[in-house]
Amino acid sequence: MNVYDLPDRHGHFGPYGGVFVAETLIAALEELRVQYERYRNDADFQAEFADELKHYVGRPSPIYHAKRWSAHLGGAQILLKREDLNHTGAHKINNAIGQALLARRMGKSRVIAETGAGQHGVASATVAARYGIECVVYMGSVDVERQAANVHRMKLLGATVVPVESGSRTLKDALNEAMRDWVTNIGDTFYIIGTVAGPHPYPMMVRDFQAIIGREAIVQMQEEYGRQPDALIACVGGGSNAIGLFYPYIDNNNIRMIGVEAAGHGIESGRHAATLTTGRPGVLHGNRTYLIQDENGQIIETHSISAGLDYPGVGPEHAWLKDSNRAEYVGITDDEALAAFHALCRYEGIMPALESSHALAYVAKLAPTLGRDKLLLVNLSGRGDKDMATVVARASDITL
Amino acid sequence: MSRIAIVFDKLRVQGRKALIPFITAGDPEPAMMVPLMQELVKAGADIIELGVPFSDPMADGPTIQRSSERALKHHVGLNDVLTMVAEFRKGNTYTPVVLMGYANPVEAMGYEKFTARAKECGIDGVLTVDYPPEESAEWVKYLEHQQIDAIFLLSPTTPQARIEQVAEMARGYVYYVSLKGVTGALNLDLNDVASKLAQLRSVISIPIGVGFGIRDGGTAKAVAALADAVVVGSRIIEEIENSSKEKVLANVYHLVKSLRSAIDGADRS
Repeated sequence: MNVYDLPDRHGHFGPYGGVFVAETLIAALEELRVQYERYRNDADFQAEFADELKHYVGRPSPIYHAKRWSAHLGGAQILLKREDLNHTGAHKINNAIGQALLARRMGKSRVIAETGAGQHGVASATVAARYGIECVVYMGSVDVERQAANVHRMKLLGATVVPVESGSRTLKDALNEAMRDWVTNIGDTFYIIGTVAGPHPYPMMVRDFQAIIGREAIVQMQEEYGRQPDALIACVGGGSNAIGLFYPYIDNNNIRMIGVEAAGHGIESGRHAATLTTGRPGVLHGNRTYLIQDENGQIIETHSISAGLDYPGVGPEHAWLKDSNRAEYVGITDDEALAAFHALCRYEGIMPALESSHALAYVAKLAPTLGRDKLLLVNLSGRGDKDMATVVARASDITL
Repeated sequence: MSRIAIVFDKLRVQGRKALIPFITAGDPEPAMMVPLMQELVKAGADIIELGVPFSDPMADGPTIQRSSERALKHHVGLNDVLTMVAEFRKGNTYTPVVLMGYANPVEAMGYEKFTARAKECGIDGVLTVDYPPEESAEWVKYLEHQQIDAIFLLSPTTPQARIEQVAEMARGYVYYVSLKGVTGALNLDLNDVASKLAQLRSVISIPIGVGFGIRDGGTAKAVAALADAVVVGSRIIEEIENSSKEKVLANVYHLVKSLRSAIDGADRS
């Protein structure tokens, strides 16, 4: 039996991943790699992490059987891993706590973060407040506008939010700006990357911190259903909630893993963020992975109704899982995601994040094609309060 | 012997230091590129670093990022940059041209096609900011095959073991980034530069250029007293940004000329 053991010691997942950064960042990444290697297997560190996840985040998050919606769709049973019930309302907090604990042990007095939808920014601001560390969050000015509620949350938590005006003024530009801050303030600053992208060791480290999702699911499925699900479904922007669910299941080849990307206005429109579906391999933000780019290798502005999926790259491990055919990647449009958002509200009384709504929309297509005895486990990665303004603006039947 | 080696040999004989201005290809507009390069040579540039515009210039500060964005408005791609250099070469066969940019445009073109085209167009060296030595083995082979120099960065935080690794792979000259941060930053500490250069010289036999933070004749002169070459980027880009179309050539000429005089003054002292 092959046991999955990627990345290698240079951070490579097959041809993907690695450390593609300027020399000025190498020493900081090396320090981080060495420290993470040390604490990755440190019992005290892992015990503190587990304790924080239990008492501060509220883990384990339950698996909920969406019975009414499953019955309505008339096929496989839909199970939801309720990451939306975590403190701060999304899976992002798992990783933010892990990295903040590491920052503290490394003696860093300041953390910085990039954010798209604002969920990772909120998670970072939250843990910075929790541990008494200064926090600066970089956010594209387009995202500042469409995620105003999360900007307010970060500010209330004491973080400084810096709107980024360069490039497409979205997540990728926030990442560029955070990297620039880091390279300038390397001595006292820890950069909390929110997704499984960036240079090694970030994709591995963020995956490890998010893998609690899949590890819990394995136990919960066995206890409550006596077996594991037939498929795992999760949305993919950078891909941290998906890898968190997938990773502990990778060696179990009977279980399908399906990543759902944002097809925006439709793949053929060119206005989407479906990196693995339409992109080509290249180098961006410190790693080699699939990218949405033009023929000159310039990164193209992406589009998704969901800010958290609006990213032209994808975690290198997903690139590898795609090429090795271990995982499948599909696209869901803005309209399909919105329909799933409304369906979950009406059938289950759960308001999902627009990011997670992409995974739900795919499962709504998949479930009716399968028998009622099949179990589909969807990562409900976040709650939708932050998206209320976006959704209501598009729903003509909702008025005051 | 490569054009870069010839330049440094000649300067050494003369007891002078190299001046390496950086401009972004296609900024302020593609048609200005060759005239700007000619002006740099007239003003005393020994080598020209030409930035390849990229949508996500992570290691650059706002000044160079803006110049990249101006060039990208004209859709200047890597292939266009090579064509510009070929055009420049029609009138100048002696000034080395070094391309400086990010990995992805090169990845998109492919190593083989890029290095063959680059040779054909008269490129002498390539510095790919986000290819550190660890990820460069194959890349360097392609460059060597075409006898193009692989230029690498070193920083104040580069440890001894890596300096040795770079010393083995680097050709032409190495580029020492004189401060922490992005391009265009301030606060150059000359004492730090002096002590780090001494450490680098004990391992590296090819010339060492220093860049990042050089903004005027004073800093250029001070750095020239320590290094083999002085690289000036953001300050020149600012001049391009702030000049009208009619005046940009003359303004850049005067700025580079003043840096040249300051550096040559340092040589004599």
